[in-house]
Amino acid sequence: MNKIEAIIRPGKLEEVKDALNKLGIHGMTVSQVIGCGHQKGRTEVYRGAEYSINLLPKVKVEIIVSKKWVDKCVEAITTAARSGEIGDGKIFIYPLSNVIRIRTGEQGEDAI
Amino acid sequence: MKSKLMTILVLCLATLLMPGVAVAGETTTIDAGDTSFILVCASLVMLMTPGLALFYGGMVRRKNVLSTIMLSFIVMSVVSIIWVLYGYTLAFGPDIKSFIGGLDHLFLKGVGVEPAGGTIPHLLFMVFQLMFALITVAIISGSIAERMRFSAFLAFIVIWTSLVYAPLAHWVWGGGWLMQLGALDFAGGTVVHISSGVTGLVAALVIGKRKGYGSEPILPHNLPMTVLGAALLWFGWFGFNAGSALSASGLAVSAFTVTQIAAAAGGLSWVLSEWLHHGKPTVLGCISGVVAGLVAITPAAGFVGAMSALVIGLMVGPICYFAVAVIKTKIGYDDSLDAFGIHGVGGTLGAIATGLFANLSVNEAGANGLFYGDASLLLKQLIGVGATILFAALATFIILKLISYFIPLRVSSDDEVIGLDISVHGENAYADSYDFPMGAANKAVRTL
Repeated sequence: MNKIEAIIRPGKLEEVKDALNKLGIHGMTVSQVIGCGHQKGRTEVYRGAEYSINLLPKVKVEIIVSKKWVDKCVEAITTAARSGEIGDGKIFIYPLSNVIRIRTGEQGEDAI
Repeated sequence: MKSKLMTILVLCLATLLMPGVAVAGETTTIDAGDTSFILVCASLVMLMTPGLALFYGGMVRRKNVLSTIMLSFIVMSVVSIIWVLYGYTLAFGPDIKSFIGGLDHLFLKGVGVEPAGGTIPHLLFMVFQLMFALITVAIISGSIAERMRFSAFLAFIVIWTSLVYAPLAHWVWGGGWLMQLGALDFAGGTVVHISSGVTGLVAALVIGKRKGYGSEPILPHNLPMTVLGAALLWFGWFGFNAGSALSASGLAVSAFTVTQIAAAAGGLSWVLSEWLHHGKPTVLGCISGVVAGLVAITPAAGFVGAMSALVIGLMVGPICYFAVAVIKTKIGYDDSLDAFGIHGVGGTLGAIATGLFANLSVNEAGANGLFYGDASLLLKQLIGVGATILFAALATFIILKLISYFIPLRVSSDDEVIGLDISVHGENAYADSYDFPMGAANKAVRTL
Protein backbone atom coordinates (compact mmCIF):
# COMPACT_ATOMS: atom_id res chain seq x y z
CA MET A 1 0.00 0.00 0.00
CA ASN A 2 1.11 3.52 -0.75
CA LYS A 3 0.06 7.04 0.00
CA ILE A 4 0.18 9.42 -2.97
CA GLU A 5 0.38 13.08 -2.13
CA ALA A 6 -0.01 15.48 -5.05
CA ILE A 7 0.53 19.24 -4.75
CA ILE A 8 -1.25 20.75 -7.73
CA ARG A 9 -2.62 24.02 -9.09
CA PRO A 10 -6.00 24.91 -7.51
CA GLY A 11 -7.50 25.24 -10.99
CA LYS A 12 -6.54 21.64 -11.88
CA LEU A 13 -8.37 19.97 -8.99
CA GLU A 14 -11.53 19.11 -10.95
CA GLU A 15 -9.54 17.54 -13.80
CA VAL A 16 -7.44 15.49 -11.36
CA LYS A 17 -10.57 14.31 -9.54
CA ASP A 18 -12.19 13.28 -12.84
CA ALA A 19 -9.06 11.40 -13.92
CA LEU A 20 -8.91 9.49 -10.60
CA ASN A 21 -12.63 8.75 -10.72
CA LYS A 22 -12.17 7.21 -14.17
CA LEU A 23 -9.66 4.81 -12.60
CA GLY A 24 -12.27 3.92 -9.98
CA ILE A 25 -10.56 5.84 -7.19
CA HIS A 26 -13.16 7.85 -5.31
CA GLY A 27 -11.59 8.31 -1.87
CA MET A 28 -9.33 11.29 -1.40
CA THR A 29 -8.48 14.06 1.04
CA VAL A 30 -8.12 17.56 -0.38
CA SER A 31 -6.59 20.51 1.46
CA GLN A 32 -5.80 24.10 0.58
CA VAL A 33 -2.11 24.70 1.17
CA ILE A 34 0.50 27.35 0.44
CA GLY A 35 4.07 26.70 -0.55
CA CYS A 36 6.94 27.52 -2.83
CA GLY A 37 9.15 25.70 -5.31
CA HIS A 38 10.64 26.80 -8.59
CA GLN A 39 7.78 29.23 -9.13
CA LYS A 40 8.99 32.71 -8.18
CA GLY A 41 5.78 33.95 -6.55
CA ARG A 42 4.04 37.19 -7.35
CA THR A 43 4.20 40.86 -6.44
CA GLU A 44 1.47 42.75 -4.64
CA VAL A 45 1.41 46.54 -4.29
CA TYR A 46 -0.17 48.43 -1.39
CA ARG A 47 -0.02 52.23 -1.43
CA GLY A 48 2.97 52.06 -3.71
CA ALA A 49 4.94 49.59 -1.58
CA GLU A 50 5.77 46.33 -3.35
CA TYR A 51 5.57 43.03 -1.52
CA SER A 52 6.95 39.79 -2.90
CA ILE A 53 4.59 36.91 -2.16
CA ASN A 54 6.67 33.73 -2.32
CA LEU A 55 4.24 31.25 -0.79
CA LEU A 56 1.55 30.60 -3.36
CA PRO A 57 -1.79 28.86 -2.90
CA LYS A 58 -1.91 25.22 -4.04
CA VAL A 59 -4.15 22.24 -3.48
CA LYS A 60 -2.94 19.02 -1.85
CA VAL A 61 -4.66 15.76 -2.88
CA GLU A 62 -3.96 12.68 -0.73
CA ILE A 63 -5.01 9.21 -1.83
CA ILE A 64 -4.25 5.71 -0.59
CA VAL A 65 -3.89 2.92 -3.16
CA SER A 66 -2.55 -0.60 -3.36
CA LYS A 67 0.90 -0.94 -4.93
CA LYS A 68 -0.37 -2.10 -8.33
CA TRP A 69 -2.37 1.14 -8.78
CA VAL A 70 0.42 3.55 -7.98
CA ASP A 71 1.79 3.99 -11.51
CA LYS A 72 -1.66 4.39 -13.06
CA CYS A 73 -2.62 6.97 -10.46
CA VAL A 74 0.60 8.94 -10.91
CA GLU A 75 0.10 8.93 -14.66
CA ALA A 76 -3.51 10.08 -14.34
CA ILE A 77 -2.61 12.91 -11.94
CA THR A 78 0.40 14.00 -13.98
CA THR A 79 -1.62 14.18 -17.19
CA ALA A 80 -4.55 15.98 -15.62
CA ALA A 81 -2.54 18.47 -13.55
CA ARG A 82 0.02 19.43 -16.20
CA SER A 83 -0.14 22.85 -17.83
CA GLY A 84 3.49 22.87 -18.94
CA GLU A 85 4.24 26.09 -17.04
CA ILE A 86 6.37 26.48 -13.91
CA GLY A 87 4.24 25.83 -10.83
CA ASP A 88 2.41 22.65 -11.87
CA GLY A 89 3.37 21.01 -8.56
CA LYS A 90 4.82 17.71 -7.34
CA ILE A 91 3.79 14.17 -6.45
CA PHE A 92 5.16 12.37 -3.40
CA ILE A 93 4.76 8.61 -2.86
CA TYR A 94 5.08 7.05 0.59
CA PRO A 95 5.03 3.39 1.66
CA LEU A 96 2.18 2.73 4.07
CA SER A 97 2.28 0.20 6.89
CA ASN A 98 -1.46 -0.18 7.50
CA VAL A 99 -4.93 1.27 6.93
CA ILE A 100 -7.88 0.83 9.29
CA ARG A 101 -11.52 1.53 8.42
CA ILE A 102 -12.98 2.97 11.59
CA ARG A 103 -16.60 1.85 10.93
CA THR A 104 -15.87 -1.87 10.43
CA GLY A 105 -12.43 -2.37 11.86
CA GLU A 106 -11.18 -3.78 8.52
CA GLN A 107 -7.45 -3.49 8.02
CA GLY A 108 -4.92 -3.40 5.16
CA GLU A 109 -6.06 -3.45 1.52
CA ASP A 110 -9.64 -4.34 2.61
CA ALA A 111 -9.86 -0.95 4.27
CA ILE A 112 -8.83 1.06 1.20
CA MET B 1 -8.38 66.75 55.14
CA LYS B 2 -11.20 64.29 54.60
CA SER B 3 -13.90 66.92 55.05
CA LYS B 4 -12.04 69.23 52.65
CA LEU B 5 -12.05 66.50 50.01
CA MET B 6 -15.75 65.90 50.61
CA THR B 7 -16.50 69.61 50.15
CA ILE B 8 -14.62 69.65 46.85
CA LEU B 9 -16.44 66.53 45.71
CA VAL B 10 -19.85 67.95 46.63
CA LEU B 11 -19.03 71.23 44.86
CA CYS B 12 -17.97 69.33 41.74
CA LEU B 13 -21.15 67.25 41.76
CA ALA B 14 -23.31 70.33 42.30
CA THR B 15 -21.64 72.02 39.32
CA LEU B 16 -22.12 68.90 37.19
CA LEU B 17 -25.81 68.71 38.04
CA MET B 18 -26.53 72.41 37.51
CA PRO B 19 -28.82 72.98 34.55
CA GLY B 20 -27.11 74.63 31.61
CA VAL B 21 -27.62 78.37 31.56
CA ALA B 22 -27.25 79.93 28.18
CA VAL B 23 -24.98 82.87 27.69
CA ALA B 24 -26.69 85.77 26.00
CA GLY B 25 -25.20 85.96 22.52
CA GLU B 26 -25.40 88.28 19.59
CA THR B 27 -28.28 86.34 18.04
CA THR B 28 -31.02 85.19 20.30
CA THR B 29 -33.33 83.23 18.02
CA ILE B 30 -32.93 79.60 17.17
CA ASP B 31 -33.58 78.64 13.57
CA ALA B 32 -35.28 75.24 13.31
CA GLY B 33 -33.79 74.58 9.85
CA ASP B 34 -30.25 75.36 10.96
CA THR B 35 -30.67 73.35 14.13
CA SER B 36 -32.00 70.26 12.39
CA PHE B 37 -29.28 70.53 9.74
CA ILE B 38 -26.47 70.72 12.30
CA LEU B 39 -28.02 67.87 14.31
CA VAL B 40 -27.79 65.71 11.18
CA CYS B 41 -24.27 66.98 10.44
CA ALA B 42 -23.10 66.19 13.98
CA SER B 43 -24.44 62.64 13.51
CA LEU B 44 -22.62 62.35 10.20
CA VAL B 45 -19.33 63.49 11.74
CA MET B 46 -19.85 61.00 14.57
CA LEU B 47 -20.15 58.22 11.98
CA MET B 48 -16.71 59.09 10.63
CA THR B 49 -14.93 57.65 13.66
CA PRO B 50 -16.45 54.15 13.41
CA GLY B 51 -15.85 54.53 9.66
CA LEU B 52 -12.20 55.25 10.39
CA ALA B 53 -12.13 52.20 12.68
CA LEU B 54 -13.16 49.98 9.75
CA PHE B 55 -10.88 51.85 7.33
CA TYR B 56 -7.93 51.19 9.62
CA GLY B 57 -9.15 47.76 10.77
CA GLY B 58 -9.06 46.28 7.28
CA MET B 59 -5.52 47.52 6.66
CA VAL B 60 -3.90 45.71 9.57
CA ARG B 61 -3.15 42.00 9.89
CA ARG B 62 -5.99 39.77 11.05
CA LYS B 63 -4.35 39.33 14.47
CA ASN B 64 -4.66 43.07 15.14
CA VAL B 65 -8.02 44.01 13.62
CA LEU B 66 -9.93 44.22 16.90
CA SER B 67 -7.21 46.11 18.73
CA THR B 68 -7.06 48.64 15.89
CA ILE B 69 -10.84 49.12 15.84
CA MET B 70 -10.76 49.38 19.63
CA LEU B 71 -8.43 52.38 19.50
CA SER B 72 -11.05 54.42 17.60
CA PHE B 73 -13.93 53.29 19.79
CA ILE B 74 -12.15 53.97 23.06
CA VAL B 75 -11.32 57.44 21.73
CA MET B 76 -15.06 58.04 21.31
CA SER B 77 -15.63 57.22 24.96
CA VAL B 78 -12.65 58.94 26.55
CA VAL B 79 -12.55 62.12 24.47
CA SER B 80 -16.34 62.67 24.74
CA ILE B 81 -16.01 62.74 28.53
CA ILE B 82 -12.95 65.01 28.50
CA TRP B 83 -14.74 67.35 26.11
CA VAL B 84 -17.86 67.85 28.23
CA LEU B 85 -15.91 68.09 31.48
CA TYR B 86 -13.27 70.63 30.46
CA GLY B 87 -12.14 70.21 26.83
CA TYR B 88 -14.87 72.39 25.35
CA THR B 89 -14.23 75.28 27.69
CA LEU B 90 -10.47 75.14 27.04
CA ALA B 91 -11.18 75.37 23.30
CA PHE B 92 -14.17 77.68 23.16
CA GLY B 93 -14.30 79.42 26.54
CA PRO B 94 -13.54 83.16 26.74
CA ASP B 95 -10.12 83.90 25.32
CA ILE B 96 -7.16 84.08 27.69
CA LYS B 97 -4.16 85.85 26.16
CA SER B 98 -4.96 84.47 22.68
CA PHE B 99 -3.74 81.03 23.77
CA ILE B 100 -6.46 79.12 25.61
CA GLY B 101 -10.13 79.33 26.53
CA GLY B 102 -11.20 80.23 30.07
CA LEU B 103 -13.01 77.90 32.43
CA ASP B 104 -16.43 79.58 32.18
CA HIS B 105 -17.94 76.48 30.58
CA LEU B 106 -16.33 73.94 32.93
CA PHE B 107 -18.63 70.89 33.20
CA LEU B 108 -20.78 72.53 30.47
CA LYS B 109 -21.75 75.36 32.78
CA GLY B 110 -23.60 77.95 30.74
CA VAL B 111 -23.90 75.67 27.72
CA GLY B 112 -27.63 75.27 27.23
CA VAL B 113 -30.21 75.16 24.49
CA GLU B 114 -30.17 78.90 23.93
CA PRO B 115 -28.14 80.25 21.02
CA ALA B 116 -24.72 81.75 21.68
CA GLY B 117 -23.85 84.03 18.82
CA GLY B 118 -25.60 82.00 16.11
CA THR B 119 -28.89 80.40 15.18
CA ILE B 120 -28.33 77.00 16.78
CA PRO B 121 -28.35 76.01 20.45
CA HIS B 122 -25.03 76.45 22.22
CA LEU B 123 -25.24 72.82 23.32
CA LEU B 124 -25.49 71.70 19.69
CA PHE B 125 -22.40 73.70 18.76
CA MET B 126 -20.58 72.04 21.67
CA VAL B 127 -21.56 68.53 20.57
CA PHE B 128 -20.76 69.25 16.91
CA GLN B 129 -17.27 70.32 17.97
CA LEU B 130 -17.01 67.22 20.15
CA MET B 131 -17.31 65.04 17.04
CA PHE B 132 -14.33 66.85 15.50
CA ALA B 133 -12.23 66.12 18.57
CA LEU B 134 -13.12 62.41 18.32
CA ILE B 135 -12.07 61.92 14.72
CA THR B 136 -8.86 63.94 15.24
CA VAL B 137 -7.65 61.77 18.08
CA ALA B 138 -8.75 58.57 16.33
CA ILE B 139 -6.70 59.45 13.21
CA ILE B 140 -3.51 59.35 15.31
CA SER B 141 -4.11 55.67 16.09
CA GLY B 142 -3.32 54.83 12.47
CA SER B 143 0.35 55.61 13.00
CA ILE B 144 0.89 53.45 16.06
CA ALA B 145 -1.42 50.55 15.26
CA GLU B 146 -0.26 46.97 15.88
CA ARG B 147 2.29 47.81 18.57
CA MET B 148 1.33 50.52 21.08
CA ARG B 149 0.38 49.45 24.59
CA PHE B 150 -3.31 50.12 25.24
CA SER B 151 -2.78 51.72 28.65
CA ALA B 152 -0.10 54.03 27.23
CA PHE B 153 -2.47 54.99 24.40
CA LEU B 154 -5.20 55.82 26.91
CA ALA B 155 -2.87 58.04 28.90
CA PHE B 156 -1.67 59.66 25.68
CA ILE B 157 -5.11 60.56 24.35
CA VAL B 158 -6.19 62.08 27.67
CA ILE B 159 -3.11 64.33 27.84
CA TRP B 160 -2.99 65.09 24.10
CA THR B 161 -6.65 66.12 23.91
CA SER B 162 -6.18 68.42 26.90
CA LEU B 163 -2.82 69.94 26.03
CA VAL B 164 -2.72 69.89 22.23
CA TYR B 165 -6.17 69.60 20.65
CA ALA B 166 -8.02 72.03 22.93
CA PRO B 167 -5.44 74.85 22.63
CA LEU B 168 -5.13 74.32 18.85
CA ALA B 169 -8.90 74.48 18.41
CA HIS B 170 -8.85 77.68 20.47
CA TRP B 171 -6.06 79.23 18.38
CA VAL B 172 -7.90 78.62 15.11
CA TRP B 173 -11.62 78.62 15.95
CA GLY B 174 -12.05 79.81 19.53
CA GLY B 175 -10.74 83.37 19.19
CA GLY B 176 -7.05 82.57 19.69
CA TRP B 177 -4.04 84.12 17.99
CA LEU B 178 -4.32 82.35 14.62
CA MET B 179 -7.95 83.43 14.33
CA GLN B 180 -6.97 86.99 15.22
CA LEU B 181 -4.18 86.81 12.66
CA GLY B 182 -6.73 85.92 9.97
CA ALA B 183 -5.56 82.37 9.18
CA LEU B 184 -8.42 80.36 7.68
CA ASP B 185 -9.40 76.80 8.50
CA PHE B 186 -13.00 76.10 7.56
CA ALA B 187 -13.45 72.55 8.86
CA GLY B 188 -10.16 71.48 10.38
CA GLY B 189 -7.21 71.31 7.98
CA THR B 190 -4.80 72.46 10.67
CA VAL B 191 -6.79 71.63 13.81
CA VAL B 192 -7.79 68.13 12.73
CA HIS B 193 -5.55 66.83 9.97
CA ILE B 194 -2.14 68.47 10.30
CA SER B 195 -2.19 68.10 14.08
CA SER B 196 -3.19 64.41 14.02
CA GLY B 197 -0.90 63.54 11.10
CA VAL B 198 2.18 65.18 12.62
CA THR B 199 1.37 63.68 16.01
CA GLY B 200 1.11 60.27 14.37
CA LEU B 201 4.48 60.67 12.69
CA VAL B 202 6.22 61.69 15.92
CA ALA B 203 4.53 58.84 17.80
CA ALA B 204 5.59 56.34 15.11
CA LEU B 205 9.18 57.57 15.37
CA VAL B 206 9.24 57.50 19.19
CA ILE B 207 7.60 54.07 19.49
CA GLY B 208 9.58 52.50 16.66
CA LYS B 209 8.85 50.20 13.77
CA ARG B 210 6.65 47.13 13.99
CA LYS B 211 8.47 43.84 14.42
CA GLY B 212 9.33 42.51 10.98
CA TYR B 213 8.69 45.85 9.24
CA GLY B 214 10.77 45.99 6.09
CA SER B 215 11.82 42.34 6.25
CA GLU B 216 8.50 40.50 6.03
CA PRO B 217 5.26 41.43 4.29
CA ILE B 218 2.80 43.25 6.55
CA LEU B 219 -0.32 43.22 4.39
CA PRO B 220 -3.90 44.42 4.78
CA HIS B 221 -6.08 41.49 5.84
CA ASN B 222 -9.48 42.72 4.62
CA LEU B 223 -9.61 45.42 1.98
CA PRO B 224 -13.42 45.28 1.54
CA MET B 225 -13.65 46.33 5.22
CA THR B 226 -11.34 49.23 4.44
CA VAL B 227 -13.50 50.21 1.46
CA LEU B 228 -16.60 50.18 3.69
CA GLY B 229 -14.77 52.41 6.19
CA ALA B 230 -13.72 54.81 3.42
CA ALA B 231 -17.31 54.97 2.18
CA LEU B 232 -18.52 55.90 5.68
CA LEU B 233 -15.78 58.52 5.93
CA TRP B 234 -16.78 60.05 2.59
CA PHE B 235 -20.44 60.08 3.64
CA GLY B 236 -19.67 61.56 7.05
CA TRP B 237 -17.38 64.18 5.56
CA PHE B 238 -20.40 66.05 4.16
CA GLY B 239 -21.43 66.72 7.76
CA PHE B 240 -17.85 67.66 8.58
CA ASN B 241 -17.49 70.28 5.84
CA ALA B 242 -21.04 71.42 5.04
CA GLY B 243 -21.92 71.48 8.74
CA SER B 244 -19.01 73.82 9.41
CA ALA B 245 -21.13 76.57 7.82
CA LEU B 246 -23.16 76.20 11.06
CA SER B 247 -26.35 76.92 9.12
CA ALA B 248 -28.47 75.36 6.37
CA SER B 249 -27.28 77.99 3.92
CA GLY B 250 -25.78 78.59 0.50
CA LEU B 251 -22.35 78.38 2.10
CA ALA B 252 -23.17 74.87 3.36
CA VAL B 253 -24.25 73.86 -0.15
CA SER B 254 -21.04 75.27 -1.57
CA ALA B 255 -18.93 73.39 1.00
CA PHE B 256 -20.89 70.20 0.29
CA THR B 257 -20.27 70.53 -3.45
CA VAL B 258 -16.55 71.23 -3.27
CA THR B 259 -16.19 68.28 -0.87
CA GLN B 260 -17.58 65.90 -3.48
CA ILE B 261 -15.46 67.38 -6.28
CA ALA B 262 -12.17 67.24 -4.34
CA ALA B 263 -12.81 63.67 -3.13
CA ALA B 264 -13.54 62.49 -6.65
CA ALA B 265 -10.49 64.26 -8.08
CA GLY B 266 -8.27 62.93 -5.30
CA GLY B 267 -9.35 59.34 -5.97
CA LEU B 268 -8.77 59.70 -9.70
CA SER B 269 -5.39 61.42 -9.46
CA TRP B 270 -4.04 58.87 -6.94
CA VAL B 271 -5.13 55.98 -9.15
CA LEU B 272 -3.51 57.57 -12.20
CA SER B 273 -0.31 58.17 -10.23
CA GLU B 274 0.07 54.58 -9.10
CA TRP B 275 -1.03 53.23 -12.48
CA LEU B 276 1.85 55.16 -14.06
CA HIS B 277 4.29 54.29 -11.26
CA HIS B 278 3.44 50.62 -10.62
CA GLY B 279 1.37 49.58 -13.57
CA LYS B 280 -1.81 48.72 -11.69
CA PRO B 281 -4.75 50.85 -10.51
CA THR B 282 -5.55 49.51 -7.03
CA VAL B 283 -8.69 49.78 -4.92
CA LEU B 284 -6.68 50.76 -1.83
CA GLY B 285 -5.10 53.52 -3.93
CA CYS B 286 -8.48 54.76 -5.09
CA ILE B 287 -9.96 55.07 -1.60
CA SER B 288 -6.71 56.49 -0.21
CA GLY B 289 -6.88 59.20 -2.88
CA VAL B 290 -10.52 59.91 -2.01
CA VAL B 291 -9.60 60.39 1.66
CA ALA B 292 -6.62 62.57 0.66
CA GLY B 293 -8.96 64.70 -1.47
CA LEU B 294 -11.39 65.04 1.44
CA VAL B 295 -8.54 66.01 3.78
CA ALA B 296 -7.16 68.63 1.40
CA ILE B 297 -10.50 70.36 0.77
CA THR B 298 -11.40 70.48 4.47
CA PRO B 299 -9.65 73.76 5.38
CA ALA B 300 -10.72 75.35 2.08
CA ALA B 301 -14.28 73.99 1.88
CA GLY B 302 -16.03 77.24 2.83
CA PHE B 303 -13.69 79.57 0.98
CA VAL B 304 -13.10 78.16 -2.51
CA GLY B 305 -15.18 77.57 -5.63
CA ALA B 306 -15.84 74.33 -7.49
CA MET B 307 -13.02 74.59 -10.03
CA SER B 308 -10.48 75.40 -7.33
CA ALA B 309 -11.67 72.26 -5.50
CA LEU B 310 -11.05 70.26 -8.65
CA VAL B 311 -7.47 71.54 -8.85
CA ILE B 312 -6.88 70.89 -5.14
CA GLY B 313 -8.18 67.31 -5.50
CA LEU B 314 -6.05 66.68 -8.58
CA MET B 315 -2.96 67.99 -6.79
CA VAL B 316 -3.36 66.05 -3.58
CA GLY B 317 -3.50 62.55 -5.14
CA PRO B 318 0.04 62.48 -6.58
CA ILE B 319 1.51 64.42 -3.64
CA CYS B 320 0.12 62.09 -0.95
CA TYR B 321 0.95 59.06 -3.11
CA PHE B 322 4.54 60.32 -3.34
CA ALA B 323 4.61 60.82 0.43
CA VAL B 324 3.50 57.27 1.28
CA ALA B 325 5.05 55.36 -1.63
CA VAL B 326 8.39 57.11 -1.97
CA ILE B 327 9.25 59.36 0.98
CA LYS B 328 8.13 56.90 3.66
CA THR B 329 10.13 54.09 2.07
CA LYS B 330 13.20 56.29 1.58
CA ILE B 331 13.23 57.66 5.13
CA GLY B 332 12.14 54.31 6.56
CA TYR B 333 9.71 55.27 9.33
CA ASP B 334 6.77 52.98 10.10
CA ASP B 335 3.63 55.12 9.97
CA SER B 336 1.48 51.95 10.02
CA LEU B 337 -1.60 53.21 8.20
CA ASP B 338 -0.24 56.48 6.79
CA ALA B 339 -1.92 58.94 9.13
CA PHE B 340 0.92 61.35 8.39
CA GLY B 341 1.20 60.57 4.68
CA ILE B 342 -2.48 61.28 4.06
CA HIS B 343 -3.73 63.53 6.87
CA GLY B 344 -0.52 65.41 7.67
CA VAL B 345 0.58 65.94 4.08
CA GLY B 346 -2.96 66.36 2.68
CA GLY B 347 -3.91 68.80 5.46
CA THR B 348 -0.78 70.87 4.87
CA LEU B 349 -1.48 71.01 1.15
CA GLY B 350 -5.10 72.02 1.84
CA ALA B 351 -4.12 74.78 4.24
CA ILE B 352 -1.64 76.20 1.74
CA ALA B 353 -4.16 75.81 -1.10
CA THR B 354 -6.62 77.88 0.96
CA GLY B 355 -4.10 80.69 0.83
CA LEU B 356 -3.96 80.34 -2.94
CA PHE B 357 -7.58 79.70 -3.96
CA ALA B 358 -9.72 81.43 -1.28
CA ASN B 359 -12.22 83.80 -2.85
CA LEU B 360 -14.35 86.40 -1.13
CA SER B 361 -17.13 85.79 -3.62
CA VAL B 362 -17.61 82.33 -2.07
CA ASN B 363 -17.61 83.55 1.52
CA GLU B 364 -17.62 87.17 2.61
CA ALA B 365 -16.28 86.17 6.00
CA GLY B 366 -13.16 84.68 4.36
CA ALA B 367 -10.46 86.42 2.37
CA ASN B 368 -8.94 86.49 -1.08
CA GLY B 369 -6.03 84.16 -1.69
CA LEU B 370 -2.93 84.72 -3.81
CA PHE B 371 -4.71 83.88 -7.07
CA TYR B 372 -7.42 86.42 -6.26
CA GLY B 373 -5.04 89.26 -5.57
CA ASP B 374 -4.04 89.00 -1.90
CA ALA B 375 -0.72 87.36 -1.04
CA SER B 376 -1.03 88.08 2.69
CA LEU B 377 -3.45 85.18 3.27
CA LEU B 378 -0.87 82.69 2.01
CA LEU B 379 1.62 83.99 4.57
CA LYS B 380 -0.98 83.66 7.33
CA GLN B 381 -1.74 80.12 6.22
CA LEU B 382 1.96 79.23 6.25
CA ILE B 383 2.28 80.64 9.77
CA GLY B 384 -0.73 78.52 10.82
CA VAL B 385 0.78 75.38 9.27
CA GLY B 386 4.21 75.99 10.78
CA ALA B 387 2.85 76.74 14.25
CA THR B 388 0.61 73.66 14.20
CA ILE B 389 3.42 71.36 13.08
CA LEU B 390 5.86 72.72 15.65
CA PHE B 391 3.39 72.70 18.52
CA ALA B 392 1.95 69.26 17.79
CA ALA B 393 5.37 67.67 17.19
CA LEU B 394 7.05 69.12 20.25
CA ALA B 395 4.14 68.51 22.60
CA THR B 396 3.66 64.93 21.36
CA PHE B 397 7.33 64.14 21.87
CA ILE B 398 7.29 65.50 25.42
CA ILE B 399 4.00 63.77 26.31
CA LEU B 400 5.22 60.39 25.04
CA LYS B 401 8.57 60.67 26.82
CA LEU B 402 6.72 61.59 30.00
CA ILE B 403 4.35 58.64 29.73
CA SER B 404 7.23 56.25 29.00
CA TYR B 405 8.63 56.95 32.49
CA PHE B 406 5.51 55.34 33.94
CA ILE B 407 4.21 52.94 31.27
CA PRO B 408 6.17 51.23 28.46
CA LEU B 409 4.87 52.66 25.20
CA ARG B 410 4.79 49.40 23.26
CA VAL B 411 3.70 45.87 23.98
CA SER B 412 6.22 43.11 24.60
CA SER B 413 7.84 41.42 21.64
CA ASP B 414 5.95 38.18 22.31
CA ASP B 415 2.61 39.96 22.54
CA GLU B 416 3.33 41.72 19.26
CA VAL B 417 4.02 38.40 17.54
CA ILE B 418 0.86 36.80 18.93
CA GLY B 419 -1.15 39.85 17.93
CA LEU B 420 -2.75 42.47 20.14
CA ASP B 421 -6.28 41.07 19.73
CA ILE B 422 -5.46 38.03 21.82
CA SER B 423 -2.52 39.25 23.88
CA VAL B 424 -4.08 42.57 24.95
CA HIS B 425 -7.83 42.13 24.59
CA GLY B 426 -8.29 38.36 24.91
CA GLU B 427 -10.43 38.20 21.79
CA ASN B 428 -10.10 36.67 18.35
CA ALA B 429 -11.76 38.42 15.41
CA TYR B 430 -12.00 35.35 13.21
CA ALA B 431 -12.33 32.38 15.53
CA ASP B 432 -12.36 29.82 12.69
CA SER B 433 -11.01 26.98 14.82
CA TYR B 434 -13.83 27.34 17.33
CA ASP B 435 -16.49 27.00 14.63
CA PHE B 436 -14.90 23.77 13.46
CA PRO B 437 -15.82 20.59 15.38
CA MET B 438 -12.20 20.37 16.47
CA GLY B 439 -13.02 23.27 18.76
CA ALA B 440 -14.74 20.76 21.02
CA ALA B 441 -11.27 19.55 21.98
CA ASN B 442 -10.81 22.86 23.74
CA LYS B 443 -12.36 22.84 27.16
CA ALA B 444 -14.96 25.49 27.76
CA VAL B 445 -14.32 27.29 31.02
CA ARG B 446 -16.91 29.70 32.34
CA THR B 447 -16.28 31.66 35.46
CA LEU B 448 -18.97 33.96 36.73
